[in-house]
Amino acid sequence: MNDISSRMERKNGLVRIDSKGIYYKDLNKLIREEIKGGSNLFELTNINGQRYLADGIIAEAKIDVHGTPGQDLGAFMNGPIINIHNNAQDGVGNTMSGGKIAINGMAGDVCGYGMRGGKIHIKEDCGYRVGIHMKEYLDEVPVIIVGGKAGDFFGEYMAGGRLILLGMFSKHPERPITGLFMGTGMHGGAIFVRGEVEKHRLGKELGVSDPTDQEMDELYYYLKGFAKDFGLDHKEIMAKPFKKYFPKSLRPYGNMYAY
Amino acid sequence: MNLNRNHDYTKDISGCGLSGVINRKGERISGSVVTRSIANQHDRGNGLGGGFAAYGIYPEYKELYALHIMYDHQRSKTETEEFLKESLVVSHQEEIRTRVTEKIQSPPILMRYFAHPDVTDEEKGDIDAGNVTEDDLMVKRVMHINETIDGAFVFSSGKNMGAFKGVGFPEDISEFFMLEDYKGHIWTAHNRFPTNSPGWWGGAHPFTILDWSIVHNGEISSYGINKRYLEMFGYKCTLLTDTEVVAYLLDLLIRKHGLSYEVACLALASPFWQELELIDEEEAEALRAIRMIYGPALLNGPFAILFANNEGLVGLNDRVKLRPLVAAEKGDFTYMASEESAIREICPDPDRVWAPIAGEPVIALLDEVREKNDAAERNIERDTAQIN
Repeated sequence: MNDISSRMERKNGLVRIDSKGIYYKDLNKLIREEIKGGSNLFELTNINGQRYLADGIIAEAKIDVHGTPGQDLGAFMNGPIINIHNNAQDGVGNTMSGGKIAINGMAGDVCGYGMRGGKIHIKEDCGYRVGIHMKEYLDEVPVIIVGGKAGDFFGEYMAGGRLILLGMFSKHPERPITGLFMGTGMHGGAIFVRGEVEKHRLGKELGVSDPTDQEMDELYYYLKGFAKDFGLDHKEIMAKPFKKYFPKSLRPYGNMYAY
Repeated sequence: MNLNRNHDYTKDISGCGLSGVINRKGERISGSVVTRSIANQHDRGNGLGGGFAAYGIYPEYKELYALHIMYDHQRSKTETEEFLKESLVVSHQEEIRTRVTEKIQSPPILMRYFAHPDVTDEEKGDIDAGNVTEDDLMVKRVMHINETIDGAFVFSSGKNMGAFKGVGFPEDISEFFMLEDYKGHIWTAHNRFPTNSPGWWGGAHPFTILDWSIVHNGEISSYGINKRYLEMFGYKCTLLTDTEVVAYLLDLLIRKHGLSYEVACLALASPFWQELELIDEEEAEALRAIRMIYGPALLNGPFAILFANNEGLVGLNDRVKLRPLVAAEKGDFTYMASEESAIREICPDPDRVWAPIAGEPVIALLDEVREKNDAAERNIERDTAQIN
């Protein structure tokens, strides 16, 4: 630990850590201790593959990440605002409860798994199984916004929250806006898509409608924050109609074992 | 109340790690490069298996098969070398150079042989009749050693390539085998987290046959049917690990049946039937035919694999992407790995990084091979046009 605290620099309340080659356990321990000691502004440089960054942290803190963080970034966290200047890997925001993660590139698979509060903003594409098992309770409504395109199983088994898919900032013009099996097993929450999704990509539990005025207000507000995070044109994002995909039944398999 | 907690709460939950790199111009790089990449994914494994495949490392013997053999004891070595003397012409043999390290415990005896089959009269007849090739004879000999000689195991048998593997973390295996001294134009690496098969020296990845090598993250749940299918063609699955079937399937489909890499991948990870209803009928018919002929070669279960031979490097995911795979390009290099960070460790600023689609292979062949294949395709098109 001694030699890694020499990689840390405190300046005007900002804690800057040159993370090159620091083992993830040591790095996470250092961040936790700093937060416990009252620090709440972090800049992590030269991150490459360190896992579990900010996992389980329940505190207000701002963490700027330069480099490619490892698996399960921000899992179980409640409070921190994390800004990633590059791509993120798999398992971002696993079961997170609150706070925000903004990713300036693409995100990997299983992002926002079982998420129950807070926001994840992904500027470009995301991988497979994003937003699966998301849930909401009263005013705890998790939101994931994807500026690019999504892989298969987007919002699978979703039980609450909002997924917003734009398809605008993708690196893959040849790919469809979402893969197969979108919303399969979904029984709560809503998926909003800028444009439309072909029917064969949808789980059979899904209905489709135009968003209500109230829902459009909600989208307007969520996307304003998204546009601001990445310096995008909010007007342009709102310029094309959205479709809402929702579960037709809150208990799609209620009768499955009933006969 | 005694909850009797058996869990180790400090345990890292993980899966295997993969990394691969090719220079498409054939320029050779040191093994230390891929070692740094796989070491970045250290925590994807648990020290029960690490390994590497390297291509272009034996230019001075490139016409000969390079056999890497591990022996449990002197007796198996003696027995194997007697068999080699009978069935091969060995031009050169030596111990595989290793360095004593603290981290690698009780390695087997490790030898390499540069050889070609000593063809019997009967085999000569078969070759002349076009029934078998020298490669087939080599496969037969490798299978014979692995199946019948107790304590001996051929862990690579291709030309101008070699596998290096064992029980340990990959960076420690690399140090043990002194891989920084080897130069290759293709490298693959594996960090193992054994789940349902034992962690032993032979069970580390890569798995190889001739110059095919494969590293794999996941499980092949179709192992039973794949194994029985391969047995019909004389392949013996002896390594207690599901992954070896993939090496033999590639050898069968691509080398023996002459399928292209693309078509072979469509057999291993076929599109779903429901997807065939959405594409044009001519293509759907071809895909149905592949599925019907090669049904027993279909790989089920979660996987990300990298496979290589002297021509190139290919990455492939299962059809629903249950294991991670990321690819990148920079100049003449193509990279593939389980995690982007493993690529950035050795290529901080790639021209392009992407997550491949499930079931869609990333094929990075040497430029000269691609040019040759393209020319062959143009000739076929020209001939077809003339016939029509």
